[in-house]
Amino acid sequence: MTTNTSDVAGKTNEGASIFARRVIAYIVLILITIICLFWFYILFVNATRSHSEMSAGFTPFPSSHLMENWKNLLEGTMPVVSGMVNSLIIATLSAALATYFNTMTAYAIHAYDFRFKNFIYTFILMIMMIPTQVTVLGFIGLINDMGINDSAIPLIVPSIASPAVFFYMKQYMDSTLPLSLIEAARIDGSGEFRTFNQIVVPLMKPAIAVQAIFSFVASWNNYFVPALVLHSQEKKTLPILMQQLRSADFLKFDMGQVYMMIAFSIFPVIIVYLLLSRYIVGGVTLGGVKG
Amino acid sequence: MNKKSKVVRYNKWGYIFLLPFIVVFLVFQLIPLVTTFYNSFFLHMEDGLTEIGPTFIGLENYSTIISNGDLPKYFTNTMIMWFMGFVPQILLSLLLGAWFTDPSLRLKFQRFFKTVIYLPNLIMASAFAMLFFTLFSDMGPINDILLKLGILSAPYQFMSHAWSVRGLVATMNCLMWFGNTTILLMAGMMGIDPALFEAAQVDGATATQIFYKITLPLLKPILIYVMITSLIGGLQMFDVPQILTNRTGDPMRTSMTLIMYLNRNLSVGSRNYGFAGALSVFMFILTGILSLIVFKMTGKEDKDGR
Amino acid sequence: MKRRLVSLLAIATMTASMVAGCGTTSMEGTSSSEDAAPKSTEEIDAEAESVELAEDTGKVLNIYVWNEEFKSRVTDHYPGYEEVDATHGKIGDVDVVWQITENQGNSYQDNLDTALKSQADAADDDKVDIFLIEADYASKYCDTDYTMALSDLGITSEDLGDQYEYTQTIVKDSAGKIKGSSWQAASAGLIYNRDIALEVLGTEDPEEVQAAVADWDKYNETAGKMADAGYTMCSVMDTYRTYSNNVSGKWVQDNKVVVDDNLMNWVDDSMELVDANAETTYALWGDDWAKGKYPEGKQFCYFGPAWFFNFCLDADKEGTVANSGRWGFCEGPQSYYWGGTWICAATGTDNPNLVKDIILTMTTDQTVLKEIAQDDLDCVNSKTVLDELASSDEGNMDILGGQNPYAQLAAGAEGIDLSNLSPYDQGCNEEFQNAMKNYFEGNATKDEALELFKTAIVEKYPTLTAE
Repeated sequence: MTTNTSDVAGKTNEGASIFARRVIAYIVLILITIICLFWFYILFVNATRSHSEMSAGFTPFPSSHLMENWKNLLEGTMPVVSGMVNSLIIATLSAALATYFNTMTAYAIHAYDFRFKNFIYTFILMIMMIPTQVTVLGFIGLINDMGINDSAIPLIVPSIASPAVFFYMKQYMDSTLPLSLIEAARIDGSGEFRTFNQIVVPLMKPAIAVQAIFSFVASWNNYFVPALVLHSQEKKTLPILMQQLRSADFLKFDMGQVYMMIAFSIFPVIIVYLLLSRYIVGGVTLGGVKG
Repeated sequence: MNKKSKVVRYNKWGYIFLLPFIVVFLVFQLIPLVTTFYNSFFLHMEDGLTEIGPTFIGLENYSTIISNGDLPKYFTNTMIMWFMGFVPQILLSLLLGAWFTDPSLRLKFQRFFKTVIYLPNLIMASAFAMLFFTLFSDMGPINDILLKLGILSAPYQFMSHAWSVRGLVATMNCLMWFGNTTILLMAGMMGIDPALFEAAQVDGATATQIFYKITLPLLKPILIYVMITSLIGGLQMFDVPQILTNRTGDPMRTSMTLIMYLNRNLSVGSRNYGFAGALSVFMFILTGILSLIVFKMTGKEDKDGR
Repeated sequence: MKRRLVSLLAIATMTASMVAGCGTTSMEGTSSSEDAAPKSTEEIDAEAESVELAEDTGKVLNIYVWNEEFKSRVTDHYPGYEEVDATHGKIGDVDVVWQITENQGNSYQDNLDTALKSQADAADDDKVDIFLIEADYASKYCDTDYTMALSDLGITSEDLGDQYEYTQTIVKDSAGKIKGSSWQAASAGLIYNRDIALEVLGTEDPEEVQAAVADWDKYNETAGKMADAGYTMCSVMDTYRTYSNNVSGKWVQDNKVVVDDNLMNWVDDSMELVDANAETTYALWGDDWAKGKYPEGKQFCYFGPAWFFNFCLDADKEGTVANSGRWGFCEGPQSYYWGGTWICAATGTDNPNLVKDIILTMTTDQTVLKEIAQDDLDCVNSKTVLDELASSDEGNMDILGGQNPYAQLAAGAEGIDLSNLSPYDQGCNEEFQNAMKNYFEGNATKDEALELFKTAIVEKYPTLTAE
């Protein structure tokens, strides 16, 4: 703000460089978009092709077997409809439990001061480092003993303790949730539980949406644990059925059906994602919390 | 004085809010973990319809793992593939995050771009690996194009060279996770008070300055989160290389990860419970050490601030 | 807090030991028959004739399978079977339930093992009645009491007299009792592209082509010619089974993995052919491997049994060699078999009479078997039926340009020797091929690849040793 002239010169200079940066940004974004959407296009194309067409090689153009693959899939031995229902129930409940209870846990650490707080915090972070695969042997033994083998419970309830979700919520609270807000609520006479549900949870919406999507997708695409837990055909989730379809031997091996099933199972996740993503990408929360 | 007693009164709620997490954790994670550790001291395997053990053998499973020397190899593979994927992933995410939040850039169609980048994560890892396998097979479309363009004179066998397989795994991981990371960073960036940016602009700060002086420091908690979870996710890398290399980790196991190795001892053919248990303990320790290093490297100022 | 944590750990540890304890109980029943001295066929037949089967009481017939092959055979050929939906059917009042688990990664066996182990405690409707097995792991089930001897169902050696001997050798337990029965004789040969044969060898006649691949020396010579003309023979994985069927000893001897000399011959021969660009290293069933079904694939042959004609050559697809009927069939360098499915009765079945009837109808009834051969192009397990087909036009196949392969298939089935099977064959074959692929592709020396195989096989079967 020293002299007028230099200020103007800086503006034009800046304008040109912003223009150049904008062009670069658009080019990169368009490239990235193509790379991201390419896979969906290929999946779609493959879902329209018959098995023998696929073994003949790859083409970028759709073929005419879409309905045929769909019919084969529905009439085959795989209970895809019940698979879809199972996946929806398990993924929805897991995501709901994971976000709600882990936000609550993070809030407990964030907002209160009590003995063992640091111990528990460190402890939870340590748990986060245990890979699922490490405990899976014991996990299966445990649910056998509890008699909840071959049911959805061991796939849903454990998400109440998801250290990764907890950690994210905690980090998010650290950067956005001021303790003064909670104090203010207390002064207004709000009960602790109410404060959490009616003030904290709404403020955490973007973080909850993010983690809800992640949890939903993770549960939806999870193969490892469900494959060990679920045995009855009608209780299985989509990824297990897909794997079964994929590893069918030469007799029934039909890549057309496999791709149709992938397409079929991607649909609901896309919908859930689009529904929740507006909380993340829409900027609705901007300015929600002001320091 | 008055204030303190009030705080104590409130703080019992800390325990109440913690309860569901702790109970579920104790039942569904701690017990299995302890069982697994306990198993690691036994000779216990299942070979089809016959079962051997469990017989207590002390630390023998551990000494086998140390003496056969496979573990460092698979650990190195895992870390190489993770690193090759994570570096471009985090750079790309930071760049995109900075662009999206840069007020002077005013990008259009932001919603569309932000929505699109996460989409690859919705495809199951195994399906994604299947697609890559088809695309990069010896007579697949990528080789086809390269041959037609005259870049290659004979098909390149992507699946028969260590670095091309690792490269493909890293590419897939990067593609699948950069959107996830970007979303995390953006959510963090949106939590930053816009007034800070405005103030900085008024003071004449450039976009680069704003990014380094305001965005990055305030983003630190989320960045640490991204680092740690990605590292842990990387150590658990399984589906992508498993499907891409058809369980073998070929060529010569240069793409075999720790979990693929664990899985070999658990589910293919016979189950070697004791050995797998001991492997799990090693995995646990490794993950712990690595995560601590990340914490120590990034968390210093955080501690002072508290 | 610390003390509480300690007691908690103690509880957890107790639970842990309980879990571990649960795993070990009830492992009875692993082959009491192993100790018994082998019995003669007459003795077993005498036992069979004296068997009186209990009444059928089961309302549900559970059949464990890994694909739909047997289901479609039963649907099409078993009298009285009505299909309800893809996994359910009805025979009279009995509900038939098809328990289909995929084969890959041992899932089928894992699932079946779990079911068989709990057979004694299972509810009547959940008991396994019939399960199917493959040659690669036949002895795992045949040498246990989980599988009923056919003689205990009242089936005599006379009933099975028309079958090929090798199909019975595979499923004999150590007491000499037959424990399963198959409708297939999966003898295999070399399926060649007639156009390429004509161009390079100057003939497409099966006998003359056979002369050009009659043993491995001739085969390698022909391979050289193919490479010079710009063609490949096939993948090294295609020839593998021909070598592995003709080994001099079992894969596993005294709990030790032994690599047979003939397998090392496969390695050495294959390496030469790969170096000469006469063979590829593609994995079976993959996209690259499948290219040979088309003329553009420039591939001379596949190795395969009769079911290969029907399922693997894409005859229904425009543009394939099979579609224009340009494949030919000859015996190839050595006789071998590939695949084949055996029907076994599970001990504890509550429908023994129905099980017996299904086994007899599907694997010994010549009318049914002939139907199967003609409708499904299967090579059936009946000497009489194969002779009939070989000596008439009924056995001519369009995809082979009208050639009748049954004489060769029947001759092949007679020549199969299965004395060298072990329960570990599936895993050993798979790991050996995987490991050697590294050698063929230049990523390892032969010794390194062998080391890798030994590591892998002990991981897969921890009870074995490999030195």
